[in-house]
Amino acid sequence: MNPNRRRVNYVNTLTQTDWDMIAAIIPEGASVLDLGCGDCSLLGELVARKNVQGRGVDIDGSRLMGGMALGLPVYQGDLDDGLADFADNAYDYVILNQTLQVVKHPQVVLREMMRIGRFGIVGFPNFGHWSLRAGIFFGGRAPKSPALPFEWYNTPNIRVLTIRDFRAFCAEENLSIVSEYHLIMNKWRRQPAARLGANLLAHIGLFVITRNGDGHS
Amino acid sequence: MLMEPNSVGLVEPRLYAFGSPEAPLVLDSGRTIGPVELVYETYGQPNAERSNAILICHALSGDAHAAGIHDPHDKRVGWWDNMIGPGKAFDTERFWVICANVIGGCKGSTGPQSINPASGKPYGGDFPLITIGDMVTAQKRLLDHLGIKRLFCVVGGSMGGFQALEWSLRYPEQVHTVICIAAGAHLSTQGIAFNAVGRHAITTDPDWQGGHYYGTAGPVRGLASARMVAHITYLSELKLNRKFGRRLQSADRLSYDIHNEFAVESYLNHQGTRFTERFDANSYIYITKAMDYFDITRTYGPLKEAFARKKSRFLVISYSSDWLFPTAQSREIVRALIAGDRDVSFVDIDSPHGHDAFLIDIDQLTRTVSAFLDGSQRSQPLESKPPAR
Repeated sequence: MNPNRRRVNYVNTLTQTDWDMIAAIIPEGASVLDLGCGDCSLLGELVARKNVQGRGVDIDGSRLMGGMALGLPVYQGDLDDGLADFADNAYDYVILNQTLQVVKHPQVVLREMMRIGRFGIVGFPNFGHWSLRAGIFFGGRAPKSPALPFEWYNTPNIRVLTIRDFRAFCAEENLSIVSEYHLIMNKWRRQPAARLGANLLAHIGLFVITRNGDGHS
Repeated sequence: MLMEPNSVGLVEPRLYAFGSPEAPLVLDSGRTIGPVELVYETYGQPNAERSNAILICHALSGDAHAAGIHDPHDKRVGWWDNMIGPGKAFDTERFWVICANVIGGCKGSTGPQSINPASGKPYGGDFPLITIGDMVTAQKRLLDHLGIKRLFCVVGGSMGGFQALEWSLRYPEQVHTVICIAAGAHLSTQGIAFNAVGRHAITTDPDWQGGHYYGTAGPVRGLASARMVAHITYLSELKLNRKFGRRLQSADRLSYDIHNEFAVESYLNHQGTRFTERFDANSYIYITKAMDYFDITRTYGPLKEAFARKKSRFLVISYSSDWLFPTAQSREIVRALIAGDRDVSFVDIDSPHGHDAFLIDIDQLTRTVSAFLDGSQRSQPLESKPPAR
């Protein structure tokens, strides 16, 4: 019996996943670099649904074989080392989905991603969710939630950030937020309607960002 | 020997001859050789369109015998037997796999040991210097002869990787996929330096006689030394350490003897001597020279432009502990291909086995190559099944 079963139930009731949202954001035929792509299943979806020109990057060569078997080009590398093999503005979209919270140097990774891509799509678990706050406030325990089902000692999520943190980061890095999507309860909502409560209510934040002052032609 | 169930089994080398003194093969240097003979082996069967061919390119001391055995009593299998066969990475149930000995070699193809038609004696030191490009040109003649218009894949490790890259540049329309393992876009300064030491050992051996030593024992001491040096470059420091450490060869106390005090010395001596039994010193000189000359930028211009408009799919593989062709050299190729928006995948396999890993550490290599070849059938399906035997 999985002790997290009750917790993860909400994920199973989603009518739209973060992949659906990402697929909706990316225009037909765009060039896409997926950072932390694992076995390239998201990228495979994007190729099938949106006919994107994609490439996947992951630290784990064994998982990349999944992408290779799909006929996708893949690149084994550690995001924390930067992405020097990729040129400036090489991609329309660079995706960093559920990966930001596991890297050692988020600033390096985000700067690299925004150097390479005209747009960035960043999805991460929101550590500002009320249940996490309540857990730490009342229970005095490190945050756990359906999106963050790990214990403090085994979590891969070494970077703890909230939706507001990410907004502040974008401002500091001179990035503008094109759009925000929040998973609240089991529904995705688009900013600005949910903007005010998002940091308290969203399990997951999904941001589309771009460099300020970029003339997107 | 007991044949494994997934072995290609008994194979027979074949010979293809082309050219003549009147219509010779023109080399990159401008010099010519003719006639030219190539020894090759094939595994698996061609499909109706011959579109399932995979060309295996061997490394410095390799040969055409990549898989299977030549004789039911053979104790030794081909040099990449663990990669070629039914259900293996290069699956002979699906692919028609071909491997040819390079020109300049000493395993049956035309090389310094061959008879020079001008003198009626072995070429020896009169054999013209060859390049990786010349090796590939000769292989192209063989594939024309075999009726192969387009290779499904050309693959090689080390110097074989050079040939695979050269194929993609010299005959871009004839190559669907390229797998380049433990190689680079040129031989590094360090690589040239080690080759120079090896050649120095051979050419300063009085028995070399300017390369005209056939009929005599030849420069076996020089060749053994060359191999000893080269062998070190194929292993990682970690592997040498693990395998030998500071262990003594025959005693548990120091003997204060000049020879073979340490196990690693004895091992290298053995490797050197064994090599002289199977390899020709002149071939060693010519092939290492060909490696030294390999430099895509010199021949085809800056890497990005060299690979621009090449339509092949590339898979570039490096090994983490390879210091002869470090990962950075593979990444240089990958970077150029990505910059040119080419279809390239890159995998750096974690292995303690150094440069030789592509011959030894084949588990992840097998899974990577299989996945890549599967994925590559999406853009070019293998339409026909091989005919039943």
